[in-house]
Amino acid sequence: MLELRRFTPARVGLERAGNAIGTRELLAFQLAHARARDAVHGPFDTGALATEIEAAGMQTLAVASAARDRPEYLRRPDLGRRLDGASRRAVGETGGPWDVVFVVADGLSPLAVQTQAAALLRAVAERLDRAEWRIGPVAIASQGRVALGDEIGEAMGAALTVMLVGERPGLSAADSMGVYLTWSPRAGRTDAERNCISNIRAEGLSTGAACELLVFLMRESRRRCLSGVALKAGAVPGIIREP
Amino acid sequence: MSYAHTVGSVTHRFDDLKTLLARATPRRSGDELAGVAARTAKERVAAQMALADLPLGEFRRELLVPYETDEVTRLIVDELDGAALANVAHFTVGEFRDWLLGEQATPAALAELAPGLMPEMAAAVSKIMRVQDLIAVAAKIRVVTRFRTTVGLAGRLSTRLQPNHPTDDPAGIAASILDGLLLESGDAVIGINPASDSVESVVTLLRMIDRVRTTLRIPAQSCVLAHVTTQMEAMRRGAPVDLVFQSIAGTEAANASFGVNLGMLEEAWQAARDLKRGAPGDEGGNNIMYFETGQGSALSANAHHGMDQQTCEARAYGVARHFRPMLVNTVVGFIGPEYLYDGKQIMRAGLEDHFCGKLLGLPMGCDICYTNHAEADQDDMDALLTLLGTAGVNFIMGVPGADDVMLNYQSTSFHDALYVRGLLGLRPAPEFEAWLERHRPELPRAVSLLASGGNAEELFRA
Repeated sequence: MLELRRFTPARVGLERAGNAIGTRELLAFQLAHARARDAVHGPFDTGALATEIEAAGMQTLAVASAARDRPEYLRRPDLGRRLDGASRRAVGETGGPWDVVFVVADGLSPLAVQTQAAALLRAVAERLDRAEWRIGPVAIASQGRVALGDEIGEAMGAALTVMLVGERPGLSAADSMGVYLTWSPRAGRTDAERNCISNIRAEGLSTGAACELLVFLMRESRRRCLSGVALKAGAVPGIIREP
Repeated sequence: MSYAHTVGSVTHRFDDLKTLLARATPRRSGDELAGVAARTAKERVAAQMALADLPLGEFRRELLVPYETDEVTRLIVDELDGAALANVAHFTVGEFRDWLLGEQATPAALAELAPGLMPEMAAAVSKIMRVQDLIAVAAKIRVVTRFRTTVGLAGRLSTRLQPNHPTDDPAGIAASILDGLLLESGDAVIGINPASDSVESVVTLLRMIDRVRTTLRIPAQSCVLAHVTTQMEAMRRGAPVDLVFQSIAGTEAANASFGVNLGMLEEAWQAARDLKRGAPGDEGGNNIMYFETGQGSALSANAHHGMDQQTCEARAYGVARHFRPMLVNTVVGFIGPEYLYDGKQIMRAGLEDHFCGKLLGLPMGCDICYTNHAEADQDDMDALLTLLGTAGVNFIMGVPGADDVMLNYQSTSFHDALYVRGLLGLRPAPEFEAWLERHRPELPRAVSLLASGGNAEELFRA
């Protein structure tokens, strides 16, 4: 029944060993799960990422959420949405106001942002007219969830926050990055007030395509002074969904 | 009212009934996140001891969420059959556990008891039961429902065939359906989680499965798990809706976060009954609704009112039983590690949900599953699958290779269902089993047709 496979990425037509799945397929599954697990628990080298981003002509700022380690991050999503004390002080001293503040957070896949965030930031920075857009230091956030960008953006005086974050790894992709755009960030923003570009990875949405969509959304958001469901309603093309 | 229990020289106090229940709950991350869990292992056991001494009648006297402000509480209280509880009404929670495990709690006695039990009573007793207790009592209870197949009979284990596709591609979905049918899956329902909630897409999928079903003469029912309002619109457009799906939770506010209320569910139930597609019987077949639940949903909507997540879950069953559902599915590990941290917590939660649902008279199935950020793997799923099989679960999921490529989580595979059926001598629903015997030889031809033609809709029109 191997011919079924060309119709779907699902694991159809698997070989059987008795009632079980055959050894080759069993181990292929285990490998996919191992990749996903390693992506969730893998290291986030913020120093290397900062070097890459600075090479693209942007300043950076390392911050951390109130979640102290990975197990706490997984158990306590509320802590991943708040800065720790030292970071809160640091983001308050970055000057501003800014037209946009970018945040790069490990989320559930450090691998995703480690490999893709700098390239997307470079592409976006090249597209934006720097006379029109004052870009704040890029906050590189450890143990961060999407809503952490609200506190960072608010404290830095950002009109717009763009959060690049590692998405929850699946068996088919462990390195998928999501981008969340929030106009007028402040604590308590809901997901309905954001726009999301999802599935950014080599086999998914390319950096170039993601850049086009993001720049379009940023311009529209600034023009209309809003983000989220209302912005999406204004004829946004392509692969965009609410978070 | 406050409660207390003294262990040695220490007296543990619990401010109210919901706090007592929360502190007595076996450890899980969601209750810790909510700040309602016991702070020490000793406090937990003290709460369990206090709970064991509590008369069952206390749950009727102290409602966990006020009657006036929560329609789920009103539904639970208004529909309670006091006479059904008569045999056990005088028990404490601890005595109730002992009775459930004893010989007097026959299958017939347990079936009679169900309409008299409040969900909170079921939740309470489960908190002082071990895994073997949860299995032993649940295994005595059969809840049988019927649409085109009969699900829940002794010696049977059914599956929901879950042929999801990332873009709802009909040929991709057809490929997964055929693969599942070849592996004896689909006798509980063929149910698709659509990637898009648009009415057009839902109607297309409903017509496609219906064509597969009628062409291959499969005695099964179908479902597209869109929001209930989308399914109602599909019915208005004449789509072939068999089962009506909705996610539900145990408080009015949590249901509101799903965009539903009881009136809406009632309306959908009536609309589906009017289609008269179900088993012949009064009102054109009554087992029509397909509900999904899962511990943690009320907390995730910030609508738990200080209750622990397992008690909230049992209250969702209080919602479900009003609608005489065909299937109730606890999607146990989908919600993530902030609610159920690891394989151990997922395993216990799945068995609690199955036990509480069955005790309340529901046709319980379980999506034995996990996400990649939980501390769980296939071994944990095998363990829970084997345990639920012995507990007499009505149905489990059948997902190609256990990998749902649309929802990005891992469930049970078609092969997993074959394993547990083989191990425990369980068979598919009788109607489906008879169909397999007679029509399985036609399936390879359908596969070849799909492979040569490509268009699933055309294929199944033939």
